[in-house]
Amino acid sequence: MGERSVVAEGLRAYWLIAGMWVRAGMTYRASFVATMVGNLVMTGMDFVGILLMFSQVDSLGGWSLPEVALLYGLSVTSFGIADLVLGSMDVLGARMRDGSFDTLLVRPAPVLAQVGADRFAVRRLGRVVQGTVVLGWALASVDVDWSVPKVLLVPVMVLSGAAIFSAVFVAGAAFQIFAQDAAEVQNAFTYGGTTLLQYPPSVFGKDLVRGATFVLPLAFVNWVPAAYLLGRPYPIGLPSWAAFVSPLVAVVCCALAGLAWRTGLRSYRSTGS
Amino acid sequence: MGSGRLYLAVAVGGFRRYASYRAATAAGVFTNTVFGLILVYTYLALWEEKPGLGGYDQAQAVTYVWLGQCLYATLAIQGGGAEKDLMERIRTGEIAVDLYRPVDLQVWWLAGDVGRALFQMLGRGVVPFVFGWLFFPMALPTEVTVWAAFAVTLLLATVVSFAIRYLAALSVFWLMDGMGVGQVLMITGVFFSGMVLPLNAFPGVYGDVVRVLPWAAQIQMPADVLMGEAEPLGAFAFQAAWAVALLALGRLVQSAATRRVVVQGG
Repeated sequence: MGERSVVAEGLRAYWLIAGMWVRAGMTYRASFVATMVGNLVMTGMDFVGILLMFSQVDSLGGWSLPEVALLYGLSVTSFGIADLVLGSMDVLGARMRDGSFDTLLVRPAPVLAQVGADRFAVRRLGRVVQGTVVLGWALASVDVDWSVPKVLLVPVMVLSGAAIFSAVFVAGAAFQIFAQDAAEVQNAFTYGGTTLLQYPPSVFGKDLVRGATFVLPLAFVNWVPAAYLLGRPYPIGLPSWAAFVSPLVAVVCCALAGLAWRTGLRSYRSTGS
Repeated sequence: MGSGRLYLAVAVGGFRRYASYRAATAAGVFTNTVFGLILVYTYLALWEEKPGLGGYDQAQAVTYVWLGQCLYATLAIQGGGAEKDLMERIRTGEIAVDLYRPVDLQVWWLAGDVGRALFQMLGRGVVPFVFGWLFFPMALPTEVTVWAAFAVTLLLATVVSFAIRYLAALSVFWLMDGMGVGQVLMITGVFFSGMVLPLNAFPGVYGDVVRVLPWAAQIQMPADVLMGEAEPLGAFAFQAAWAVALLALGRLVQSAATRRVVVQGG
C-alpha cells in the first residue's frame, strides 16, 4: 500500500467518523445551539480582555488596537481550525487509562484519523467564527500599504498557522502516550501558544521570543509574517524573507510531529485491562 | 463534637484524593507557570504604558498575576471542583444515596471542596507563585499579621467560590445536565474573578459593578489584602457577607430541590 493511499484512507476514515459525531450531536439541537453560542462567548472573553486593556491605553508594546486585533484574529482563527480538526486529542490519555485506546488499534483505519475525529464537535466552529470576525475587522482597520504578496500572505498565514498548531496537537498526543496523566502539559503549548500569539512580540522578553521563533516556531503562525505586513520591526533581527517561510515551517513541524506520533505509537503498552 | 470530626475526615479525603494524581499536578504546575509568564509580560507592558493603573504599580501587577495562577486551581475558577462531582451525582441519580446519609449535604460537599482547595494550593499553586517571586519583582509584605489576614481571606474566598459552584450544581436538579451551567460557570468565573484583568483596572461603571459581585471575593480581595491595598476587616466583611448570603441561598434551593424534584435513575 503506497503512502498516498494511506493518506486517502485516513481522510476517508476521518470523514466517516467525524460525520457520525456530527449526526450524533445534531440529535440534541437545543443543546447544540447552546454549546455553540457558549463556545463563541467563551473564546470571545480573551478579546474582551484585550478591549478592556485598550480602554485604558492607546497602545500595547507599541502596537495599536487594530494591530493587536490582527495578531489575535490570526492566532485564534488558525488555532480554531486545528482545534476543530484535532481538538479531541486531549482525551487520548483518558482513553489509554481505561483501555479503550486498544480498540482503535485493531480497527482497519489509521489510528491518527480515528483519534483526531474522536468526539468531533461542530461547536468548536465557534472559535473559528469568532477569530474570523476579529480578523476581518482588523484587516479593514489596520493601516497597511496593500500589495499582491501582502494580500496573498493573509490566507497563507491562516493555513500555515493551522498546520503548525495541528502539529503541536499531534506532538502533544504522542507525548501523552509516554505521560498519560500529564495531558495538561499539552494545554501549555496549545492554549498557551494561542494566548501568547495574541499579544505583540515586543511585549515579551527576547529569550521568550527567540524560543517561540527557533525552538517551538509558533512565531511563524502570525508574529513574523504579521510584523512584515504591518511594517513593524521584529524584536530579534530576521531577514525580510522570513515572513514568507511559514508554509515551509508548517511542513517541517508536521513531519516532525508525524515522526513523534509513530514513535509514540510503536512504544505504546496497553494497560491490559 | 462527633460531626466535626466527620467533616474533617471528609476534608482530609478530598485532600488525599487530589494528592494521588501526581503527574497531573506536576503538569498543572507547568501550565500555570507558562500562563503566568505570558500574562506577566502583558501586564508589565500595560503598566509601562499606564503606570498606576487600578492603583497598582508594576510590582503589584506582577504579584497579582502570580497570585491569580496560584488560586486558579485552588478556587476552581473555571470550575472542576466539588460541583463537577455533585452535578454528575444528580444527573445519574446517585444523589439519592447522599440524601440518605445522616449528614448535612451542603457541609459535606463544602468539607470535601476545602480539602481539595488546600491540596490544589499547596501542590499546584505555591510553585508558580514562588517561581514568580524568584524571577520577577513582587510586592510582598514582611509583616506576619498581613500574611495572617491574607490566609483568612483565602479561606473565605474558598467558601464563596464553593457557594457559587454549589448553587450552579443544584440547578442540575431541574436542568438534568450540567454542561450548559458548567460553561456559564467557566465564563463568569474567568471574567468576573479578574483572571483576565484585575477588577480594579476595569473601566467606569463596569468596574463599579464587577467589584461588588461575589466573584470579587475570590482573587481581588486576597490580592488587595496581601498588598496592603484593602483594609483586612472590610475585606473579611465583604467576603463573609457573600459567603453567608450564597450559602443560605444554597440551602433554600437545596430544600426546594429535595422536596419537589424526582430523583433520576431506574
